[in-house]
Amino acid sequence: MSSTPLTRRQLLRSAVAAGTLLPFAAACATPVGGGAGGAGQAPAAGTVSAANPLGVPEGAPFEVVIFDGGFGDAYARNVHEPLFRTRHPKVRIKHTATKEVAKTLQPRFAGGNPPEFVNNSGDNAMDFGALIQDGQVADLTPLLDAPSWDDPNVKVRDTLLPTAIEFGTYDGTFHVLPYANTVWGIWYSTKLFRENGWQVPKTWDEFLALCETIKRSGRAAPFTYAGKHPFYIYETILTLAAKIGGPDVLRNIDNLADGAWAAEPLRQAAAAWAEVGAKYLMQGTAGLDHVQTQTAHNKYQVAMLPNGSWLENEQKDSTPDDFGYAMFPLPSFSSSDAMPYGTLHARPGEEYFVSARSANPRAGMEYLRAMLSKEGAGRFTEMVSTLTVVQGAEGRDLSPGLRSAAAALKAAGDNTVYFRFRQWYAELHDEVAAATGQLMNGRLTPDAWAERIQRKSDRLKNDSSVKKFQR
Amino acid sequence: MTHGRTRFIAGFLVIPVLLYLVYVISPYAQAFYIAMTNWRGVNANPEFVGLENFRRLLDDSVFWTAVGHNLLLLILLPLGTISIALFFAYLLNAGGGRRGVDGVRGSGFYRVVFFFPQVLAVAIIAVLFQQVFRPDRGGMLNGPLTALGLEPIGFLSDPRIALWSVLGVLIWQAVGFYVVLFSAGMASIPQELYEAAQIDGAGRVPMFFRVTLPLLWDTVQVGWIYLGIAALDAFAVVWVMTAEQGGPDHSTTVIAAEIYRNAFDYFKFGYASAMGVVLFFFTIAFAALAMRLSRRERIEF
Repeated sequence: MSSTPLTRRQLLRSAVAAGTLLPFAAACATPVGGGAGGAGQAPAAGTVSAANPLGVPEGAPFEVVIFDGGFGDAYARNVHEPLFRTRHPKVRIKHTATKEVAKTLQPRFAGGNPPEFVNNSGDNAMDFGALIQDGQVADLTPLLDAPSWDDPNVKVRDTLLPTAIEFGTYDGTFHVLPYANTVWGIWYSTKLFRENGWQVPKTWDEFLALCETIKRSGRAAPFTYAGKHPFYIYETILTLAAKIGGPDVLRNIDNLADGAWAAEPLRQAAAAWAEVGAKYLMQGTAGLDHVQTQTAHNKYQVAMLPNGSWLENEQKDSTPDDFGYAMFPLPSFSSSDAMPYGTLHARPGEEYFVSARSANPRAGMEYLRAMLSKEGAGRFTEMVSTLTVVQGAEGRDLSPGLRSAAAALKAAGDNTVYFRFRQWYAELHDEVAAATGQLMNGRLTPDAWAERIQRKSDRLKNDSSVKKFQR
Repeated sequence: MTHGRTRFIAGFLVIPVLLYLVYVISPYAQAFYIAMTNWRGVNANPEFVGLENFRRLLDDSVFWTAVGHNLLLLILLPLGTISIALFFAYLLNAGGGRRGVDGVRGSGFYRVVFFFPQVLAVAIIAVLFQQVFRPDRGGMLNGPLTALGLEPIGFLSDPRIALWSVLGVLIWQAVGFYVVLFSAGMASIPQELYEAAQIDGAGRVPMFFRVTLPLLWDTVQVGWIYLGIAALDAFAVVWVMTAEQGGPDHSTTVIAAEIYRNAFDYFKFGYASAMGVVLFFFTIAFAALAMRLSRRERIEF
């Protein structure tokens, strides 16, 4: 703080100057500043010690931006921020919650004034490829090598699931922490299934037979998905394809390999789900969104829908008490599937990063270290019913749906698959979603579906402005 | 004296002109520059790539689908809105009364009702119509259909129908304003002209085409240009109301939606600006064309 007292005249003069300059600054959509490092602003640093391994400057404030979506932002306010304060009482945390991350933050990144810590999530998340390409995202390797919050003899690296580090690594550098561990499957109500004597299907034939039984029973429609967001069903198609043909099917897709979408397992999976689309969908599925279909599920109007393990938490206000959420893995397509029954799509998600060009990146990194503590992760799991990537932080009192997801994950063991193009190439995601919506409505054959997406994939591969990733 | 007047005028003009330069002209100019870079929105030093973005636009089928939709809206939105609005305005002003120069009964009430959609925010209208178009029993239109045992219509989920649903909403939303606009225009047409036409034995329909429309032409022309510009935008309704924001399967997308998608979803600000530049020229060309085509001799009265 400047201690020179301002005269009234000086104050007025500077206010006028600021007033006239402001429009110019605000109107400049084009970026200003001189590349990496920002405009001469050195990041704050404190003394490194055993109690402060990342060298957080005590006294310098930092800002935490949380996506206020399915998880809300209370977990940050009530769990992680107080936890951080226990060790750094003098560091002031500015908490910001937003439903639209890019709209709120993109101008700040372009203007060289980004917040320290960002939960980049939701429909309006910022593109990680673009952010990393531009050096906006801090290298988190120091965090991995720092001692963990709970035990100074164990590094943070050793407390995480290996896939979390793999997912957060871009071009060999660990940039992003995916905190939640999400498991996908087909969700159902144990109550509805029990009352009607329906059994969880283990093979594709059993699954189709179950759909037929449910359809005939007239109790509920067999199947639905969020028709307005075909991601929910293309996720299922891709997972089935990986189960039939092995994880390389998805690896090739992510790598934009030539002919990746022409693979036979993909065609089989697409044809299989297109058949479900033609015969067993709840009426109006194509025009409903995830909230509407999930509510229909809670009202027992439909028996099954594909979703991720956040579902139970998302629906907690509209689920009947005795609904009994549970999920099952995709049925085996045939006896020659490359991967065994129980194979799951599981992936770390819900991404957090520290801005490289912010004023106080070390505090952001320390905040991550607090999140990765047993207490931080365990209380997060309790609060938002979602598993985390922190090993040994589960095993608390879990809700039925989460318990079923955790059990399925345990049973799957190493047989988990995932794909990454949704995060890497938003354009490809949109095209797959659009084409899959049409596939499910019978307006696109499986072959035309594959051909169309392959065209987009090839186009993207040749687009020099888009950064490419490999796995 | 002259000196003083110049200063007086300049004093009034300098602030608006400055604001216009800073907030309107300079973003336009910047958009032209950004269109020739591969800027991805967050970096400080975008690379200059010349006309590459425009070359890429040429074989971007989604973009051309969007252009096609805009052109369709450009023709149908003004046509639909102006026809309906003229019809209603004529009824409100000259449709009633035995002698046909008075509004229908209760026209004051209708005038208010017609204006309602204009009062609602576009986003609210879009959300409202999502419910109206719902493809199951909960939908206002599909509810009665399913109750009658018919298959529900996928107003927003069938790619062959979705664009017509969008057009319907746009017209529904615009009509009220133009009814009021045309009513005001009609009110300023002197009664004597109608009376003279009546004495000559003209019925309501010929009176509309021979008296009202020619005298209202200036107003219709303004309405046409406004609606054309609205049709070249149509962003809010499309973005909020349709599935996949411009879908399903790009069946309702418009240029503005593609610009937004490329900028804020794909972070291809350079490419999106190139689309913006194309849209800019479309808009200018439309305005020039509309002015030229609708130029007529002004009728003084």
